[in-house]
Amino acid sequence: MIVAVTWDEPRLGPASREVLGAAVRLGAALGEEVALASLGADGSGAAEEAGGYGAAQAFVVEGDHAASGSEGAIAALAELARDVAARVVLLPADDRSAELAPRLAERLGGSAVTHAVAVDVSDGRPVWTRPVYGGKALASVAAASEPVVATLRRGVFEAAQATGGTAAVSTRTAQNGDGAVELLGSEAPAAGASLEDASVIVAGGNGIGGSDGFTALEELAGLLGGAVGASLAAVDAGWAAPDRQVGLTGKTVSPDVYFALGISGASQHLAGIGGAKAVVAVNTDPDAPIFSIARIGVVMDCRTFVASLIDRLQSAP
Amino acid sequence: MSVHAVVLLKEILDWELPPSRFRIDPETKRPPDGLGPMLLGPFEQNALELALRLKDAGVVDRVTALLAGPADSVDALRKALSVRCDEAVHVAVDAGGLDPSQTAELLVAALRRLEPAELVLAGRQAGDWDHGQVGYLVAERLGWPAVGLVWRVERDDGRLLVWRSGVGAVEQLAVRPPAVFTVTSHPSLQLRLGSVIDRMAANKKPITRWTPEELGLSPEQLAGARRLELASVWVPAVESRCELIEGEDPAEVAAAVLGRLEELKLLTRPT
Repeated sequence: MIVAVTWDEPRLGPASREVLGAAVRLGAALGEEVALASLGADGSGAAEEAGGYGAAQAFVVEGDHAASGSEGAIAALAELARDVAARVVLLPADDRSAELAPRLAERLGGSAVTHAVAVDVSDGRPVWTRPVYGGKALASVAAASEPVVATLRRGVFEAAQATGGTAAVSTRTAQNGDGAVELLGSEAPAAGASLEDASVIVAGGNGIGGSDGFTALEELAGLLGGAVGASLAAVDAGWAAPDRQVGLTGKTVSPDVYFALGISGASQHLAGIGGAKAVVAVNTDPDAPIFSIARIGVVMDCRTFVASLIDRLQSAP
Repeated sequence: MSVHAVVLLKEILDWELPPSRFRIDPETKRPPDGLGPMLLGPFEQNALELALRLKDAGVVDRVTALLAGPADSVDALRKALSVRCDEAVHVAVDAGGLDPSQTAELLVAALRRLEPAELVLAGRQAGDWDHGQVGYLVAERLGWPAVGLVWRVERDDGRLLVWRSGVGAVEQLAVRPPAVFTVTSHPSLQLRLGSVIDRMAANKKPITRWTPEELGLSPEQLAGARRLELASVWVPAVESRCELIEGEDPAEVAAAVLGRLEELKLLTRPT
């Protein structure tokens, strides 16, 4: 069995359909059926839909999974994985699965593979491709022991297609943690759309010049329906909040278009944007490394460019 | 009893090495030796700074830097001593190429040998192989709770309050120690510079060295701890195909960029 895990979804969202798509293709290659495990608040809607996208079974795992950190979810998924004799458990790569996947794998006596960007089958077992060295290289790895708990990078796996099938849905109840970890509260960040989900990101670096530059980027992001990102330099300068940082020490993103505005393209920044379909680089320095990975380049002061782009978008019919 | 924190360190190839200079030796499946400087990893720097802040604040009394890696990874431990870590411990292995499970096995063996720790801090991931597993595997093997992507810790009676990056939110949790936290980057966690005197003193301080065998791990046991087989590593070919859009009038350039993105079907403007 291959288990695809989703969270907090009344309906199967884009990230979940990607994970389910990868699960269905891997299941076909391995000759294994696919189950969806829908965790978190209101997970029954996603479970009901799973059969229509190729899952043979679906499980709603009820419970307040966040209350014990990851502990409740790990225990619930470990029990489910054992019950269905899972060979592979797939999760979307995000801040939650970062903590959960290695611990789940260890509890199952298996292996964790993080941030996979491709999976093939060789000699009857999955072989995973994952970026290493901040995306400067790719590594192909296989698990020495099953089950494999793998996290899949967003935006690279093809989403599951509607099949018109149905799946039996059953409900399970999560166990509680042992009380070692207790969630006291959570606070959504002050502003801004999620970088991981954004199809357009407008990111500012040193060249954006200051907090005013980021105010303009907020406006531009609003006009493009996108999110604001920042380089390490801009975060260190205090112009942007830490949760906006893209790069090795920040977020890994995979938008359709990534505007790198006044960002020179240090390795540490490039590590976060390898998944972008196209980078638009705007920089005064024509030799900046960012141009070597950009699809479209403009040699110009990025503040002038941002102002012109805002004007254009506001005036366009 | 003094409260002991252990911070797990790793030395990695300079992550700012430009992609144009980066290479992989297909034999060893690693960058060739000497490709660039080896440095204390960025997240390990954050974890070390958090440990030092906890000591400054009296939350912990002693900080030990622990590294399992090649014999020449000593500079990272010297750096830890130069910012006033109390002790440095090196589990020296002959070669690189350990997987996260093997690294965790060595670290757990060392942690069992050290003065009992209340807190183990690890970087959220090593900046080279980016697995992001070691801290969590250590926690599981010790039977301790783990919290990931932490950037602030305070004491609250018998528990530790932690702030961490959750999905789309900052979460605050209370954790009963002993525990493992993986530390994420945060402006407050830039590693301090040691004073000149401390840096000089660090060169003279002893570093405890253990071999895997001294920790009770035979070469066979270490080999058996492997969970990931590395089939191949390669540098993907990157073809530069940057289209430069030029023009005197910024308004025209902006319009041309938008037009090109629409042609490439990468941008559909919200209506």
